[in-house]
Amino acid sequence: MSTLSVAKITQPLFDVHAVRRDFPILSQQVNGKPLVYLDNGASSQRPEAVLQAMDSYYREMHSNVHRGAHTLADRATSAFEGARKKVQQFLNAPSAREIIWTRGATEAINLVANGLAPLLKPGDEILLSQMEHHANIVPWQMLAERTGARVLPIDVTPEGELDMDSFHSLLSERTRILAITHVSNALGTVNPVADMVAKAKAQGVITLVDGAQAVPHFQPDVQALGCDFYVFSAHKLFGPTGIGVLYGKAELLEAMPPWQGGGEMIERVSFAGTTYNTLPYKFEAGTPAIAEAVGLGAAIDYLATLDRDAMEAAENALLQRANELVTSVPGMTVIGTARHKVPLISFKIDGLHPSDIGTLLDQQGIAIRAGHHCAMPLMEYYGLPGTARASFAFYNTLEEVEQLFAALQKIQRLFT
Amino acid sequence: MTTSAIDFTKNPLGTSTTMEDVFDAFELLDDWEDRYAFIIDLGKQLPPFPDSERNEKNYVHGCQSQVWLIHHYEADGKLFLLIDSDAIIVRGLAAIILVALNNHEPRELLAIDIDELFERLDLFRHISPTRGNGLRSMISKIRDIASTEAA
Repeated sequence: MSTLSVAKITQPLFDVHAVRRDFPILSQQVNGKPLVYLDNGASSQRPEAVLQAMDSYYREMHSNVHRGAHTLADRATSAFEGARKKVQQFLNAPSAREIIWTRGATEAINLVANGLAPLLKPGDEILLSQMEHHANIVPWQMLAERTGARVLPIDVTPEGELDMDSFHSLLSERTRILAITHVSNALGTVNPVADMVAKAKAQGVITLVDGAQAVPHFQPDVQALGCDFYVFSAHKLFGPTGIGVLYGKAELLEAMPPWQGGGEMIERVSFAGTTYNTLPYKFEAGTPAIAEAVGLGAAIDYLATLDRDAMEAAENALLQRANELVTSVPGMTVIGTARHKVPLISFKIDGLHPSDIGTLLDQQGIAIRAGHHCAMPLMEYYGLPGTARASFAFYNTLEEVEQLFAALQKIQRLFT
Repeated sequence: MTTSAIDFTKNPLGTSTTMEDVFDAFELLDDWEDRYAFIIDLGKQLPPFPDSERNEKNYVHGCQSQVWLIHHYEADGKLFLLIDSDAIIVRGLAAIILVALNNHEPRELLAIDIDELFERLDLFRHISPTRGNGLRSMISKIRDIASTEAA
């Protein structure tokens, strides 16, 4: 995310109230109060455009893709491949062949970990960080178990940034893979992935960036980042559940063995031997999530109608307002105070368990996440059972930030 | 190090405090804040949980908070329970569960419709299977204890 500058403040205001009307789910009551949805880090909501795209896909063009000598099959295929092209442009990937559909970021990481197995030998090292989501830890541990490689975590500073000294000391001639998150799901920290990727590439290390929490807030450029792989899930990008993306450099994807076998991923099957399809289909066995791909394409189109800079400035303002209000709740501490953050605050309040906070905010119509955020090593580092996390999206308002803090004050009164 | 019988039976929850008391209180409290303040207060009545019993055997696997549960049978066959949690709301809801289930013979306990009681209190969603807060597992564990004895 770019930093807030004076020039951006003078730009036409981002009309959050108009934007909210595009998201039908937001205008409802929960527990008798207007819904304040601040669990966007877990999953964001869908604009009408995505709902309509999926609805009309099923009403007007559904068929199986890449086969069938008929008009509907052509329509479905063109919508499906059109969505792939949109993702390619969104990520600024060199080619649509490098965009593989998966079920989500988790499956994408598993696919890569599985595909890199032949390259690893005992003693090789896989560098992750202490702030990774379990989805970017466990597949590598499984890979390490299979190959005899070792998984090493880069340290986190008390502020919640990656410790660059730790990174530099761990990066060695034994390092084969660097897999790091672009943005921490538990803390909101935006990591300096371009620098880290450049240093790793200089030593011939294969790099993967987990973009699950980044894409809802800014548009990554995989060529500028220079990473070999970039993954994200559509449902965090205002698109459908059940579909995600693996971007991979063609030469690596070509070198990797297929992941699952079945239809679509083959060129020719015989009992004498089977030859595999070309990219991207080699990694897409079975009938894909077609309507979901179309929905994701619609989400990307929708985002393109918004002014990116104004949107990021509005998100920054949400974070800034939240940070200002922290002192209004005695005993509240924000976990993760990195200089560069997406609009997300992970916090604790003295004397309260995160689940108490979650339950009592829900009573007031406010949805947040309470728990370990699938980042147990990070919670262990902070010595916490978990945190409460309010994660904002561009459709959240400053009033909602204020409602959150008023609700927290109310909760505190209940306990004293 | 074993917990003595008195630690279990001196519990007001399910002995001097009954479900009728809880229903009466809820009837008088009309907004959520007062109800939750009452739940929190009820949680404060949970008897102290012995540190030596905070072990894996007594741990109730939930999702968010940590919960422990131990039980004891009186000579008259009545089942008494002790519960602890590090979350305040979970402690309060556990106290309601104790009011409902403590001080009963296993067969009686198994006949109690805890879901219906929580429905009446408009708290069902806290114990519904979709809430990963461990209360459901707490209830299952109590019913398992009672079933073993009743069998």
